[in-house]
Amino acid sequence: MTQSEWPLWEVFIRSKQGLDHKHVGSLHAADATMAIQNARDVYTRRQEGISIWVVESTHVHASNPDDAEAFFDPANDKVYRHPTFYDVPDSIKHM
Amino acid sequence: METVEINLEEQFQARIDADISIEPKDWMPDAYRKTLVRQISQHAHSELVGMLPEGNWITRAPSLKRKSILLSKVQDEAGHGLYLYSAAETLGTSRDQMLADLHSGKAKYSSIFNYPTLSWADMGTVGWLVDGAAILNQVPLCRTSYGPYARAMVRVCKEESFHQRQGFEIMQTLCEGAPVQKEMAQEALNRWWWPTLMMFGPADADSPNTAQSMNWRIKRFTNDELRQKFVDMMVPQAEFLGLTVPDPELQWNETKKGYDFGGVNWEEFWNVVKGNGMCNKDRLGARVKAHEEGAWVREAASAHAKKRARKMATQAA
Ligand SMILES: [Fe+2]
Ligand SMILES: [Fe+2]
Ligand SMILES: [Fe+2]
Repeated sequence: MTQSEWPLWEVFIRSKQGLDHKHVGSLHAADATMAIQNARDVYTRRQEGISIWVVESTHVHASNPDDAEAFFDPANDKVYRHPTFYDVPDSIKHM
Repeated sequence: METVEINLEEQFQARIDADISIEPKDWMPDAYRKTLVRQISQHAHSELVGMLPEGNWITRAPSLKRKSILLSKVQDEAGHGLYLYSAAETLGTSRDQMLADLHSGKAKYSSIFNYPTLSWADMGTVGWLVDGAAILNQVPLCRTSYGPYARAMVRVCKEESFHQRQGFEIMQTLCEGAPVQKEMAQEALNRWWWPTLMMFGPADADSPNTAQSMNWRIKRFTNDELRQKFVDMMVPQAEFLGLTVPDPELQWNETKKGYDFGGVNWEEFWNVVKGNGMCNKDRLGARVKAHEEGAWVREAASAHAKKRARKMATQAA
């Protein structure tokens, strides 16, 4: 390739006030301003959002799927972290 | 080493069989990756080239309302192309590479876009039939095994049904209009019916890759299954419009609860695939021209971004 392509950006959209920004996809753009403008055109043509974040894809670090077991399994046997683990007597209210 | 590989393949297939989606960083067989890159990029190219036959009518739309709608639809198709290119890029190919393959003629796109749009009624037929066929192809892809592809398709499918409805509305308006308008609608149907049936790809007997794709749950239905569904869906809609499907062999078959229909002209299909359709040269020429004429814009934007980054760096220092 003679011309190097524009960097890739990950796009996050807040669909309405009070909700998290959520990853919706990616696009190429020369800089952040253009990435936000393009994200507006591509991902919010039908009022899907009220706020946009863009992050250059090279800045996203991800956990390794090969480590998924070692990484996430320790939470498996800790049911006591959930309220449903505990028996509350019927006569106790508001707990 | 070899047993490890076999083990990975087995685990991979087990995940597929359990309907656990595959994500970019997961191990996958090379052939799975290659099949996906080919299919997704081909799909992306189709969205991109698909803008041309309809773009052809934007300036000549019969009213401001129709013009806004058509413009919006064409803009959606650009978006679809972008979602799909991004999905393909997660497999390790680059946008530049995919575009280069499209422009050199190495990569294919849907043959339907190599047919000309001769009258305004073609805007109706393309939306109603071509987007209708695309929807049938695409809905099962929302559950395809590769995560980024499936997510892109969910987005595409959400936008696609407006495309079909606006096309049907154009047809309905023409069919309820003057006799010449209805005639124009019928002529458009006559021209587009068979090429649309070809959109589902070669007959199952001539589609050797289907079995593997179904096994990997990339595909969920065979070409012939989808083609049959399409005919069964469309014939009543054509009847509603008062139009005649141009197939003398078309007949309801009570035992199979579906229509029997005539044979597709596969010679024509392969001829168009090989590049000899009515518009292949035009379409590719228009793509290459747009890309080349846009080069200075891409370069200028890059230069501008670099300059701004430098300025910010000096300001920070
Ligand atoms: Fe589309
Ligand atoms: Fe499509
Ligand atoms: Fe469409």
